[in-house]
Amino acid sequence: MSFAPGTRVRVADRWPEAEGPAHIRTPHYVRGRIGTVVAPLGAFPNPEDIAFARPAPAKALYHVEFSPRDLWADAGGDAIVIEIYEHWLEAA
Amino acid sequence: MRIVEAESGALLAAVTSLLQDKGLVSPAEIRERIAFTETASPALGARLVAKAWREPAFHALALRDGTAAAEAIGAFMRGAPPLGVLENRPGLHHVVVCTLCSCYPRTVLGYPPFWFKSSAYRARTVRDPRGVLAEWGTTIPDDTTIRVVDSTADYRWMVLPLRPAGTDDWSEDDLAALVHEGDMIGVTVPKAA
Repeated sequence: MSFAPGTRVRVADRWPEAEGPAHIRTPHYVRGRIGTVVAPLGAFPNPEDIAFARPAPAKALYHVEFSPRDLWADAGGDAIVIEIYEHWLEAA
Repeated sequence: MRIVEAESGALLAAVTSLLQDKGLVSPAEIRERIAFTETASPALGARLVAKAWREPAFHALALRDGTAAAEAIGAFMRGAPPLGVLENRPGLHHVVVCTLCSCYPRTVLGYPPFWFKSSAYRARTVRDPRGVLAEWGTTIPDDTTIRVVDSTADYRWMVLPLRPAGTDDWSEDDLAALVHEGDMIGVTVPKAA
């Protein structure tokens, strides 16, 4: 699967930290939230595996933009852009 | 004893000798990497900015492939995460933060400043960037979009600030001298005063 720029995506509402040791690069504040793909950034060995010295298949990485007011009622900025791996995204 | 309780100098020596014994890294490579890490400073990033302001072809390269642009000005990029360059334009201002830890474009800016790693900067910048910038004396016009870039994964990001007015005939050296660390993080903007 791959996401073209402009695609609306939802970040998985998944909390591996609650189940055991985990190294996750998806910030808590966007889990379950909807954003828009800005650009693909290439593919990188999955840091969730690297952190535990497991084989780390490459995962596609995207720049995804969120509206801050979708994240916090009192947000002050206009846009937040975050790097998110494809396995955390689904078409919204 | 748990590894986190080990005396750090002894732990470093043990890990270093293991890496060497296994042929994963040589002492010369370690020395080379330390030397480049120590010499990287915001002066490199300022050089990249000044050159991008003056040379349209380099400007295009910096936005398309920040890593190649950094290598072209002498930054040591081998083994480093790719560099992304975020262009400020009239009506668009970028500010970089790493909410998860302290990801920072060390190859072109050197070591991160202490405040970049603070919980306060990391927590507040995503939520109230105008408030954080105001504490730096930086006022971004209300009709300018503030785009916060949370550096969460495998890229490292630097800001290409707006070129100050009145600098059209300035040399690359003079332009580079205008550009400071905070301008390339996005908490301040360069001024030609």
